[in-house]
Amino acid sequence: MNDNTTSHNAVGDIVLSARNVAKSFGNVHALKGVNFDIHYGQVTTLFGENGAGKSTLMKILSGVMQPTAGEILLNGTPVSFASTSEAQQQGISIIHQELSLAPNLSVRDNIFMGRELAGPGGIHYAEEERQTRALMEELDEPIDPLTTVEELRLGQQQIVEIARALSARSRILIMDEPTSALSASEVEVLFRVIADLKSRGVAIVYISHHLEEALQITDHAVVLRDGAMTAIAERKDIDLAWIVRHMVGEGFDLGSPPEGYGMGETALSLQQLCVADATNPERMAVDSLSLEVRAGEIVCIYGLMGAGRTELLETVAGRMPTTSGQILLEGRDISGLTIAQRIEQGLVLVPEDRQRDGLVQTMSVGENLSLASISAFTQWMLTSRQREQQVIDHSIGNVHIKTDGGHAEIGSLSGGNQQKVVIGKMLATQPRVVMLDEPSRGIDIGAKAEVFKLLAEGARNGLAVLYTTSEVGECLSIAHRVIVMSRGRISAEFDSSVTKEQIMAASGESAAA
Amino acid sequence: MTSSTPDTQPQPRRSFDIVRLLLEGRAFFALIAIIIIFSSLSPVYFSTSNFLTMSSHVAIFGLLSIGMLLVILTGGIDLSVGSTLGLTGVFAGLLMQGVPIESAGVVVYPPVWVVVILTCGLGALVGLINGVLIAWFKVPAFVATLGLLYVARGAALLLTDGLTFNNLSGSPELGNTGFDWLGFNRLFGVPVGVLILVAVAILCMLLLNRTPFGRWIYSTGGNARAAELSGVPVKRVQVTVYVLSGVCAAIAGLVLSSQLTSAGPTAGTTYELTAIAGVVIGGAALAGGRGNIRGTLLGAFVIGFLSDGLVIIGISAYWQTVFTGTVIVLAVMLNSIQYRARRKRAPTEPEQSDRPQSQHGTTQDSAALGNTTANPASQQA
Repeated sequence: MNDNTTSHNAVGDIVLSARNVAKSFGNVHALKGVNFDIHYGQVTTLFGENGAGKSTLMKILSGVMQPTAGEILLNGTPVSFASTSEAQQQGISIIHQELSLAPNLSVRDNIFMGRELAGPGGIHYAEEERQTRALMEELDEPIDPLTTVEELRLGQQQIVEIARALSARSRILIMDEPTSALSASEVEVLFRVIADLKSRGVAIVYISHHLEEALQITDHAVVLRDGAMTAIAERKDIDLAWIVRHMVGEGFDLGSPPEGYGMGETALSLQQLCVADATNPERMAVDSLSLEVRAGEIVCIYGLMGAGRTELLETVAGRMPTTSGQILLEGRDISGLTIAQRIEQGLVLVPEDRQRDGLVQTMSVGENLSLASISAFTQWMLTSRQREQQVIDHSIGNVHIKTDGGHAEIGSLSGGNQQKVVIGKMLATQPRVVMLDEPSRGIDIGAKAEVFKLLAEGARNGLAVLYTTSEVGECLSIAHRVIVMSRGRISAEFDSSVTKEQIMAASGESAAA
Repeated sequence: MTSSTPDTQPQPRRSFDIVRLLLEGRAFFALIAIIIIFSSLSPVYFSTSNFLTMSSHVAIFGLLSIGMLLVILTGGIDLSVGSTLGLTGVFAGLLMQGVPIESAGVVVYPPVWVVVILTCGLGALVGLINGVLIAWFKVPAFVATLGLLYVARGAALLLTDGLTFNNLSGSPELGNTGFDWLGFNRLFGVPVGVLILVAVAILCMLLLNRTPFGRWIYSTGGNARAAELSGVPVKRVQVTVYVLSGVCAAIAGLVLSSQLTSAGPTAGTTYELTAIAGVVIGGAALAGGRGNIRGTLLGAFVIGFLSDGLVIIGISAYWQTVFTGTVIVLAVMLNSIQYRARRKRAPTEPEQSDRPQSQHGTTQDSAALGNTTANPASQQA
């Protein structure tokens, strides 16, 4: 049905529009009446912080979920997609950040996955191969159709995904964070492909945290904040500061750096720390990074996805091996210790993904809280129920978890309370250095403020706190110092008087320019 | 959990609780049903002596199931226990025949307690190999223990050349009598094998509920990544549960050869499957993290009492297999019904959803439920 609609379009014509699109999950409003257009042969970029509603909007456009209110107009006619394949039939494809290719199959088989061409004797491999070769030539990317996808570099894999969308005759392509894992030269190739797609009339919806990069290629900008659209403009009317202003807004008060006490000695010191990327040993995820945190100090590390924040913290905690450099905890080198030994020495990590790394879903709230400090209530090899309950009650009070004494299932708690369980579990070990990887991920603003208050209290009592974030607003809260990380290195360091614009400018990876 | 919450609608709630009670106590009710049915079909079934005889059969499966439970709780599986039982049985038989030491020209007859220790050591060794392969060499548990299933069985056949040891009683002159005491004899009228099962069960209950190691087992099976970041030595836990499973299989091997007063290299063939069935009927989740000793014991009794009952009322061996298989499938089906009931119940819990989350929250909730299969643990622990 889309075949006849493409011929009489001109650049800039509206091909898809969202009218008052809203999406609620229970009484949570993820999207509140969003209006915008996608134009023929142009790039429209969605800007917004984590949780602003970008991914929900994308899922609605690509048929993953349906809006609770409002409508989608495709070439002026209202449409609704019950599934992604329905959206694809209408010419809308999405390229997720996590590529959806089968690594064990060839490029050809991936491109025709689920749409295999029938021939006289089963699949018509020769025709598939011919079409694949033609697509690769069009995209100016010399990839052999019979290469196995896992042998390709990430950037090439992305091109294969784009080729798959083109082969399905997509007229609208949604790209979610396409550059986050690419090298500078791969980004350049991608941008060339995007320009080529534009010239062939493909409308592109682009989502990226790399603001400067996105500004290079976009024609229209749509800014979302907290599920609402805050601004929409054409490229020629805007600049970086405009985007940041509309993205971040006035913000919510997440507290200020605790004051009125003297900081102690250096608690954690990293010296020339290098960590090799787990998937690509050639690349350094953390590159000769040196950093010190004093007792009572709160340090925030800001960085985009792929900047090496998680690798840095996981290495210090002992999950990933150190490639070179030293990790000193109160002056002692702890590089050779296991995770358990580091916890015993007073260094703990609250991981980024609490479902995957933080919680044991089969255990109760109380058992989760006491998991890291079992030795505190063990005597003669046996645990004491009574003393365990004391540890649990203390933790529940300490981090303000809303629960009935620890017997509830962990899954019955809200995201914010679950996060407090993970934090409470690690604080129960009475650490002297606590590291938190994106402690505010997936929790609402009220819970966020509570978590930060908790960390500020800890610092006041002499705890050294190191946390990471990808939301600028969170750097300007309780942190005494803000460190900006980019490509495994520290690209800037600020005190607490820094502005949002300064941080964003320092993190921009200057987009292959 | 439900009893403490204020009830605004008592009527539907209570009827629901009966369903839940039936579901969560299903192994217990199944056992009662089996006893009632077979007692009405056969006059000899319902008697103390028959129960004791059946219990001594259950002891073998029960010991294997307890070891299996420890492994399954960590999210693993041990297919080698049947073969380990056979291997340790003939190893004990071999030691009872005397060990010729050629250089000294003598034959050493170790006393029974030495035989017991050495045999358990052999079981531990098999488990250690399993554990090291799985934890350190990252061989999938299914494959590693399948390999050991073959190797241990082969080793048992090699040890005896395929023959069976029929003389395990020892002789007073050699000072190695007493093998009968491991399973054949009775203490206060109760078969020793059953007493051994009770002792092992109590020890493992203590281990699971009252020691840090028990907590480590549950957390490793629930979420190994989170456990590791909380300081749990996950690899050590994995190795240890396979060692314990091997020791349980060795104890079962000793009890069985004592009961039969003979040790054959093919003893225990397919017992690993019966052991897994016992654990599953007992409500444990094969994905790990959920299950307990009480349920597993009930599961072992359900299987033992069912198959013995079928023998007593004279049903053919072929039908016995069909019945056993049906019970296992029914048990697992109830597991998933229970899981669905929990999913329906989740939104009605009052103290939760005090602060509903954004889209992140909802996806996490469904993920958490995805990990939830059966939870008799909170009720029965």
